[in-house]
Amino acid sequence: MGKTFAEKVLGKAAGGSVSAGQVVIVEPHFCMSHDNAAPIWGTFKKIGVDKVWKPDHLVFILDHAIPAPTDKHAENHMQIRAVVKEQGIRYFYDVTSKGGVCHQIMCEEGFALPGLIIVGSDSHTCTYGAFGAFSTGIGRSEMAATWATGQIWFRVPESMKITVTGKFSKGVSAKDLILKIAGDIKADGADYMSIEFHGPAIEEMSLAERMTLCNMGIEIGAKNAVCPPDQKVLDFIKPIAKTDQWEAMWADDDAVYAQELHYDLGDIEPCVAKPHTVDNYAPIGEVKGTPIHQAFLGSCTNARIEDLRLAADILKGKEVAVRTIVIPASWSVYRQALDEGLIEVFLDAGCVITNPGCGPCMGNHEGILAPGETCISTANRNFKGRMGNKESFIYLASPMTVAASALKGEISDPREVL
Amino acid sequence: MENKVLRGRAWVFGDDIDTDLIYHNKYLAETDPKKMPQYSFEYLPGKENFAKEVKEGDFVVAGTNFGCGSSREHAVYCLKYAGVPVILAESFSRIYYRNAINNGYPVLFVKGLSQAIKDGKIKDGDELEVDLEKGEIKDLTNGNTFHGDAVADLEMDIMKAGGLIEYLKEKAANK
Repeated sequence: MGKTFAEKVLGKAAGGSVSAGQVVIVEPHFCMSHDNAAPIWGTFKKIGVDKVWKPDHLVFILDHAIPAPTDKHAENHMQIRAVVKEQGIRYFYDVTSKGGVCHQIMCEEGFALPGLIIVGSDSHTCTYGAFGAFSTGIGRSEMAATWATGQIWFRVPESMKITVTGKFSKGVSAKDLILKIAGDIKADGADYMSIEFHGPAIEEMSLAERMTLCNMGIEIGAKNAVCPPDQKVLDFIKPIAKTDQWEAMWADDDAVYAQELHYDLGDIEPCVAKPHTVDNYAPIGEVKGTPIHQAFLGSCTNARIEDLRLAADILKGKEVAVRTIVIPASWSVYRQALDEGLIEVFLDAGCVITNPGCGPCMGNHEGILAPGETCISTANRNFKGRMGNKESFIYLASPMTVAASALKGEISDPREVL
Repeated sequence: MENKVLRGRAWVFGDDIDTDLIYHNKYLAETDPKKMPQYSFEYLPGKENFAKEVKEGDFVVAGTNFGCGSSREHAVYCLKYAGVPVILAESFSRIYYRNAINNGYPVLFVKGLSQAIKDGKIKDGDELEVDLEKGEIKDLTNGNTFHGDAVADLEMDIMKAGGLIEYLKEKAANK
């Protein structure tokens, strides 16, 4: 009987053959924390250990509220800088033009590598599965314990195989696919499971598109989500890998799955997740014409250069009808967008561009909504109050749908402006 | 963790109660767990009064996927320090479940709870009796009984130690 991806990676780390349901204790390769490294440090100190287990396995990336919008945030950042110095943390991304959204940096900078076990004190850590890593989000106490011991327990998850075939039609992208999947299987459809994306359409997809899919695995309850570590992944990671410990691993053909799904991209159309849950799917035709007050193009889900290009294509030479906030996922994405003339397109269209970081995604700053306002967003969560105000409404959509909607001031079908 | 039979009132919730509804992102900069209960369920319509009215010993009773969304541990602390002794739900999101266990906070998976809530078989304010050891929940107000699943061995050991940090300290001391 063959093994799933999760069984293989966790088995290798645990030093034996393992199957779904077993509990294993393993050493993760990288431990990522963002601004919450400060409270984690507070918990770490209570354990009674002086030094983290391996300073070079910790990665700190400030992104949630940068530059600090309040004195409380500033204090947290200050404490993190002190910890970096005291513990000799080599991989620290401060508020500089080398930084950006933590998950983007983990991928751009060669931490997200095939076969590695990576934990992060952020639920969207599952993004690195796009590069064949087993990566998952954990809580703060658990991160503190991992810093101290270098060990973490996992229940080997059951796996869900999602096979994708066909080609996207015009105006449709990976975001539409994952919103459709969420609508079909619901917010708990993959609870505790490892999602494996298979099929020729996944191989066709860019790494950016695979990141969008894996990023939202958590929104359907998954422990991790992963795509095959194919040549595209290897070509990308080889020049930048932060370690040579990685190994391209994939599921056996005869692996056993708890559930199998199949999607043909030809059946996917532009869509949204309506307020206030990610699984509240609606095809674009159902919500077209809904007035909006703000459009947001950003977040770890959809703010890579590929996403900015798609939005810029729609906005080029036109003007937005509502305030539109563009936040590139990292400064390297920002620079590339500058080189390609995309920043100019956004500025000419009337968009506001802010520094790379999480921005308004979880309601910290740079685009909080007022009561009664509606935002269309490329981010990953539309929970009530997510963007700061509980009387506001968030629709999740693809970069193309967000750009088309920004132009009209109402939710719009990108196929009509392409 | 004590193996006694607990009694208290039920606060009943539906499915997919996300972490922003339990503990809103507005208060994430708070780092003192004891100050977190004042914000519990502030963003959940119909439960805005929870933080003010919850009493030590009251239970949180929910449907499927309780605690979905963010990895914030605030969403565990704000109930633990409000004096809610255990959360009863049909299912929990993975990270929420781990956060609870790792903080020595008992949770019970209770089959059929989601439908029972929808059918009004367990309601806000019902008097419950919960036997954690047996995993048995009696609704004394209307006579219904529900059964929870025991957690796995490792999780039980962590919970009994009072949480992951305490568990690791115990392990280190016994080496």
